[in-house]
Amino acid sequence: MTMDIQDDSRPAPMIKRIFRQAPTKPGQTYGVPGEGNTIKISVVAVLMVLGLWQIVTASGLIAPLFLPSPVAVVQKLFGLISTGFTGVPLWEHILVSAGRVFAAFALACIIGIPLGLAMGMSPVMRGLFDPFLEFYRPIPPLAYLPLMIIWFGIGETSKVLLIFLSVLAPMALGARAGVRSVAIEQIHAAYSLGASRAQVLREVVLPSALPEILTAMRIGVGFGWTTLVAAEMVAATMGLGYMVLSASQFLQTSTVLVGIFLIGGIAWCFDLAMRWVEKKVVPWKGRM
Amino acid sequence: MLEIRRASVLYPARDKSEPVEALRNVELTIEPGEFVVALGASGCGKSTLLNLIAGFLAPSSGQIKLDGAPVTGPGQDRAVVFQKHALMPWMNVLDNLAFGLKLQGVAKAERYKVAREFLTVLGLEGFEDSPVYMLSGGMQQRVGIGRALTADPRILLMDEPLGALDALTRERAQELILKIWEAQGKSVFLITHSVEEALFMGSKLIVMSPRPGRITHRFDLPFSRRFLAGESARDVKASPEFIAMRETILGIIFADEEKAA
Repeated sequence: MTMDIQDDSRPAPMIKRIFRQAPTKPGQTYGVPGEGNTIKISVVAVLMVLGLWQIVTASGLIAPLFLPSPVAVVQKLFGLISTGFTGVPLWEHILVSAGRVFAAFALACIIGIPLGLAMGMSPVMRGLFDPFLEFYRPIPPLAYLPLMIIWFGIGETSKVLLIFLSVLAPMALGARAGVRSVAIEQIHAAYSLGASRAQVLREVVLPSALPEILTAMRIGVGFGWTTLVAAEMVAATMGLGYMVLSASQFLQTSTVLVGIFLIGGIAWCFDLAMRWVEKKVVPWKGRM
Repeated sequence: MLEIRRASVLYPARDKSEPVEALRNVELTIEPGEFVVALGASGCGKSTLLNLIAGFLAPSSGQIKLDGAPVTGPGQDRAVVFQKHALMPWMNVLDNLAFGLKLQGVAKAERYKVAREFLTVLGLEGFEDSPVYMLSGGMQQRVGIGRALTADPRILLMDEPLGALDALTRERAQELILKIWEAQGKSVFLITHSVEEALFMGSKLIVMSPRPGRITHRFDLPFSRRFLAGESARDVKASPEFIAMRETILGIIFADEEKAA
């Protein structure tokens, strides 16, 4: 008798899954928060947004000046590939920007990681550098861009330095947090096996800190791309940030979108590569 | 020979709390080849005592000497086995076993040779290339014990090494440790919460009491010798002498716990 009522009020499976955990199948674990494959959902979500974008632009609901259609953006991309932007081929814009970001990133790794490790290992180093690092870290790079230009001119130096500064803080803080993640038992074990302080640093602290350092590298390079447009605001004639900024002044919205997608795409590819490196280098991350 | 002479440890007062007397006037001698087990209610200072011997902690007063030389810090002559194995997950089993020798600058071929010998002793053949995080808890603990042994210490310090293992694995690990102890002839200092484990493994038992942490009772134990002479572990643990001893020790410890409550 009550069967009919239940059948009528039964929610759709999707809703049911969200609100109440269904029993698991063999090989799964019950109640793990957020478990499940997301690729299908992500692909559908992206396609839906692209479709919606195409519909609102093709129907004339939004003028191309504000939002060109996805097709127009792809056409613009091919146009830029064949003719370039302001007389400079597109690949050169990409190369110049990537060069700035990755040069700054490499410099931040070379300086930031040892600095962070030293700050983690020594109270003297922490006392010396912590106030400066913590003070400048939350300042938006745009705020000290004028200083960079006054001090280092309008050339490449100020641009790379600006990006470098935005990457340095997360790198140093990540390496420092990595030092803290070492289990004290591991350090004691090494000492009781006859390790020197230098050996503890090299053989225990450094490998232990590696997962945090790699995470910091992923976060850091993101900061680098974020700062790129600011760095290319003044006296740049090349680069993706320059392209986006000057295209916006001429209301070339499709070029702006191409630039945004290129920056996002490169950053995303690098992040994928870093995740692959993580799997190869620290397969033990979070497992012990 | 390890000698502890009138060693006291006083933890300084912190946040309005009283200073804690973790150890008071501890006297203990560990002869070469002796297996000393420390047992006691929580807070009795057994871990503090182990940290003193390991050199992770300096005594407030008194002294600790190993073969006549004062202990001033951790060193390769006193290898520690931890409750949470503390292995290095970025190394495979063989490299973990050979870690101490690597720190001492022994060449790769030589240290792998030594590590392989212990691989067999510990029953870990075939796992030399496995990452340690893939091993079961019992196997990880065996690697931890093997790592301490390859460094060839004068004395092996074990801080509740089997506490995290299930009952069956634990008993087998006890037997393995005893067999290695017999074969290597090392001094051992082991901390445990389990009365049965203490009685079965030790050649000498010290019972400790809290507030202040001190040694209250000392017993010489015959049971591990009987096991190594060929008697089965179950027979040893079921023998009337073993059971009588267990009741005596439990009586002491329960009295301590009741005083605390």
